[in-house]
Amino acid sequence: MITLLEAKHVTKRFGGLTALSDVSLTIRKGEVYGLIGPNGAGKTTFFNVLTGAYVPEEGEIVFNGTELPTGKPHEVVAAGIARTFQNIRLFRELTALENVMAGHHIRSRANPFSILLQTKHAREEERLITERAFELLRYVGIERFADTVSKNLSYGDQRRLEIARALATEPQLLALDEPAAGMNATETGKLRELVQTIRHDGVTVLLIEHDVKLVMGLCDRLAVLDFGKKIAEDVPAEVQKNDAVISAYLGGHGTRKAGAAA
Amino acid sequence: MNELALAIPWLGKRNPAAARWVVLALALGAPLIAMLFGKTWVRILDFALLYVMLAIGLNLVVGFAGLLDLGYIAFYAVGAYTFAFLASPHFELHLPFWLVLPLGACFAAVAGIILGLPTLRLRGDYLAIVTLGFGEIVRIFLNNLNHPINITNGPQGINMIDPLELFGWDISRPLKIGEDITINSLFLYYYVFLAFVVLSIILVQRLQISRVGRAWAAIRDDELAAKAIGINTRNMKLLAFSLGATFGGVAGGLFAAFQGFVSPESFSLMESIAVLTMVVFGGMGNLAGVVVGALALTALPEILRHVAVPVQQAVFNQVILDPEVLRMLLLSLAMIFMMLLRPAGLIPAHSRYSRPELVVGKPAPAEAAK
Repeated sequence: MITLLEAKHVTKRFGGLTALSDVSLTIRKGEVYGLIGPNGAGKTTFFNVLTGAYVPEEGEIVFNGTELPTGKPHEVVAAGIARTFQNIRLFRELTALENVMAGHHIRSRANPFSILLQTKHAREEERLITERAFELLRYVGIERFADTVSKNLSYGDQRRLEIARALATEPQLLALDEPAAGMNATETGKLRELVQTIRHDGVTVLLIEHDVKLVMGLCDRLAVLDFGKKIAEDVPAEVQKNDAVISAYLGGHGTRKAGAAA
Repeated sequence: MNELALAIPWLGKRNPAAARWVVLALALGAPLIAMLFGKTWVRILDFALLYVMLAIGLNLVVGFAGLLDLGYIAFYAVGAYTFAFLASPHFELHLPFWLVLPLGACFAAVAGIILGLPTLRLRGDYLAIVTLGFGEIVRIFLNNLNHPINITNGPQGINMIDPLELFGWDISRPLKIGEDITINSLFLYYYVFLAFVVLSIILVQRLQISRVGRAWAAIRDDELAAKAIGINTRNMKLLAFSLGATFGGVAGGLFAAFQGFVSPESFSLMESIAVLTMVVFGGMGNLAGVVVGALALTALPEILRHVAVPVQQAVFNQVILDPEVLRMLLLSLAMIFMMLLRPAGLIPAHSRYSRPELVVGKPAPAEAAK
């Protein structure tokens, strides 16, 4: 399989705290890749480094054969990586449709002059964006709320809207930060279907998740982080048997206590 | 205009077509009505339109992009002084207005970028403080740049500024049609300003419902998320600052030509706050609200002032409260009542950017109900 993303020895420190220490992992094209670990293991930090929000002290991330820029989130999105947030971050005053239309920003070209003059190109582009945004709302199943101001949507629909907005940037890699957090069993089930659809449509998915059942059922491969270190990377069945992973999650002997003491 | 029409109480939603004609008639007939009360009122209307332009420009920065700017009047000053420098006896320059006005707009836009660059990382209160300082710096420069080299003529200001001249026709002189009909220049200025205001509204509305307007709204609602969907927040903020400033610069140029005189005291912090009050009072982010807010807050204090002075003289035999003091007092009272009664402004911005008519394949109401 083709490698889509390769993180090489990524280290990120906050003052004295090493949030990520020498993390290397490889995501292949077309798979659903899970990133799990106990609270504070560095999952979200990895996300923030990946999407350009943080600048790592060491290491680099290669995406599609080229090194990703650091500290420039919009260039990372342009390269083809989109993300959602652990705590939903929508444009609250905009309608669902407008949220997704805003997501098309990076894939549209209209500039202030063409907008002020309402050139044919600008109008045509605006029409296309509206159409595509509506299609995306239908894709995630919330098209009937197109004109609802996003802050008034239900929790589950807000999550879906955030995914639709991320998809609007036409990513090759979609990074979801705990998409099932706070969802009930039905909603989680629907989310699983959605992620599978997205993967089938050719978008690689990187998934941070606490819901172990969801992760085990959905992911092709997993990486486990603990105290900023990668302690395992394998298919779910193998990860479940891994001693280091078990002790990280259930506590117990060896590595974890030593790590905590240090 | 549609938004303005819809905002008319009772009539607006029931009969939008009629409401539209009302707005048009009011816009065109306002100076005639004002004339019944005396020329002063036509002059006040002219100023009201300048404030509308300022409010539209400031709304672009504050209402659309969410960047609180307390020094907006500085761009007005840049536009006004550009006009004064290039079209007055001060430097013995008399360039035509169609050259000077765009130049003033450009300089204002550059000033907007100069203000924007160092403040990119600031938000809310911190941004407000820096912009406030910027506004004051510009005013103080204007006040003191009269020596060693006299550039701005200091506190005395620059006078004898050229009036607007359309195709060789000086609109500061009454227009004579035939023998007995003369049209006062105040009327002519009114219609010229009205044209500028209408143009501004059209342009800003186009921006609002576009890729750029959505990017601004995104930055306003959640800057981090805006970055995460690939919006170059730096460029978009600078664009908001410079475009907003452009409107201020044009309004400033018109002001200079209309007044024939500019001095630093026209560009004090109080003016910045007055314009911001208009934006907030009318309804931040809503063009119709901003227009109404600017008109209301220019006209109301004047009306009260014309009432207050005679009343005070009748009751106390002297004027106790200076009209200017009264104006600020009324502005603050208006704000307090607005915040208590209608925190989102006179005409709140509901679903500001939505254009349902563009939604293709929208499910029919019956289908949506399932």
